[in-house]
Amino acid sequence: MTNTAVHSSAQVIPVKSPEYAIRLLHRQKSSHQALWLLLDQIKDPEIPVISLWDLGILQDVLVNDSAVTIVITPTYSGCPAMVEITSDIQTLLNENGYAKVTVDSRLTPTWTTDWMSTDGRERLREYGIAPPSCQTKNAEPTDIQCPQCHSSDVRVISEFGSTSCKALYQCQNCREPFDYFKCI
Amino acid sequence: MKGDQMNELTVEETQKKLLVDHVIALGDDALILSQRLIEWCSNAPFLEEDLALSNVALDFLGRARMLYQYAVELEGNVRTEDDIAFLRDSREFKNHLIYELPRGDFAFSMARQLIIDVYNSLFLEQLLQSKDERLAAIAQKSIKETQYHLRRSQEWIFRLGDGTTESHQRLQTAMDDLWGYSKELFESHPSETSLIEAGIAVDRTKLQDAWRTKMNTILAQATLEQPDDNWHQTGGRDGLHSDHLGMLLPELQFMQRAYPDLEW
Repeated sequence: MTNTAVHSSAQVIPVKSPEYAIRLLHRQKSSHQALWLLLDQIKDPEIPVISLWDLGILQDVLVNDSAVTIVITPTYSGCPAMVEITSDIQTLLNENGYAKVTVDSRLTPTWTTDWMSTDGRERLREYGIAPPSCQTKNAEPTDIQCPQCHSSDVRVISEFGSTSCKALYQCQNCREPFDYFKCI
Repeated sequence: MKGDQMNELTVEETQKKLLVDHVIALGDDALILSQRLIEWCSNAPFLEEDLALSNVALDFLGRARMLYQYAVELEGNVRTEDDIAFLRDSREFKNHLIYELPRGDFAFSMARQLIIDVYNSLFLEQLLQSKDERLAAIAQKSIKETQYHLRRSQEWIFRLGDGTTESHQRLQTAMDDLWGYSKELFESHPSETSLIEAGIAVDRTKLQDAWRTKMNTILAQATLEQPDDNWHQTGGRDGLHSDHLGMLLPELQFMQRAYPDLEW
């Protein structure tokens, strides 16, 4: 599925993926907007510019009397950040007056980069991480651009980079190495 | 050991115990492989490979955690995932033998990884259809990662097999040394029979043909000979392990054994 449409020579107009649109609609229909907004403050521990919402980790906010349940989806099997994320949610909500907080880690539906927000992708790029490109399933992506100089002349050094979610690339144009957030 | 009063269990309890044991066995497969992979950390041929192998090891560790956590829930939280990982001895581990073999040279680890990745891609595809929702969910998560693992290990096999004289020879030796251990992956085990009938566990015997076909294609492309097919080792699911597991466990478990209930 494509998440960008190319208009004129270089301008890229971001388009919402259907999966992200569904998530967004669900959030917009919720009666707990304050909680969703509060949770937007929680960023990925490794990539501090992108929130749990942007990453597609935050799924649902459920309130029963005064008990709050936050539903998240774990990313990669061994991702150590999930532990920190869970505790960050607890802490933030406790600090903001929510005493009874449960974080529910829901395995299925399985986390996919298709759930990432359009904003999130942009922020990754600005941070220096090429966002996921999923136009071909189960094959190396062919349309990755260097986050520094935007050249398409890039090569993959390793599909297994510094963290579970990232691959290591190098730009052949400006020679800078960069991380690529893998499509999964 | 807790839960060993088999003669007093109802049919339902027996079935549950079989499920718990099966889930733990799958977790053992992942944990032991993870441990062997992480032994490459700071020992790999070059830095990027160090990262890559650690990254893959982490995926398998995560898989082990998901499985152990499920087992713990099924048991009613009478112990933790750490107890399962760190406080059992080798007779209680039920991983297949291929995972516990030492990392060997780089070719050996890559050969083993290929065998496992091809196996996992077939195995997890079947586990997706398990009537046990949690196992199916774990399979859904794991299979995406396995697709990346397989692409990686295949590339290494082509690079090493169709490489220099030395890399080719080392990889051939590795395949020859591993081949007999691969058969255990496709052996049926009595502990799984009723689970297979219930649509929960995968009938691994049915995966062998597809595995062989895929392996043979890859071996051919890597200019490797098919190894001798006339030997095999088994015993893992019965807790009958090689010396190698006996060496691995003290390293894995040292901290918890020396400082019980240690926490960071």
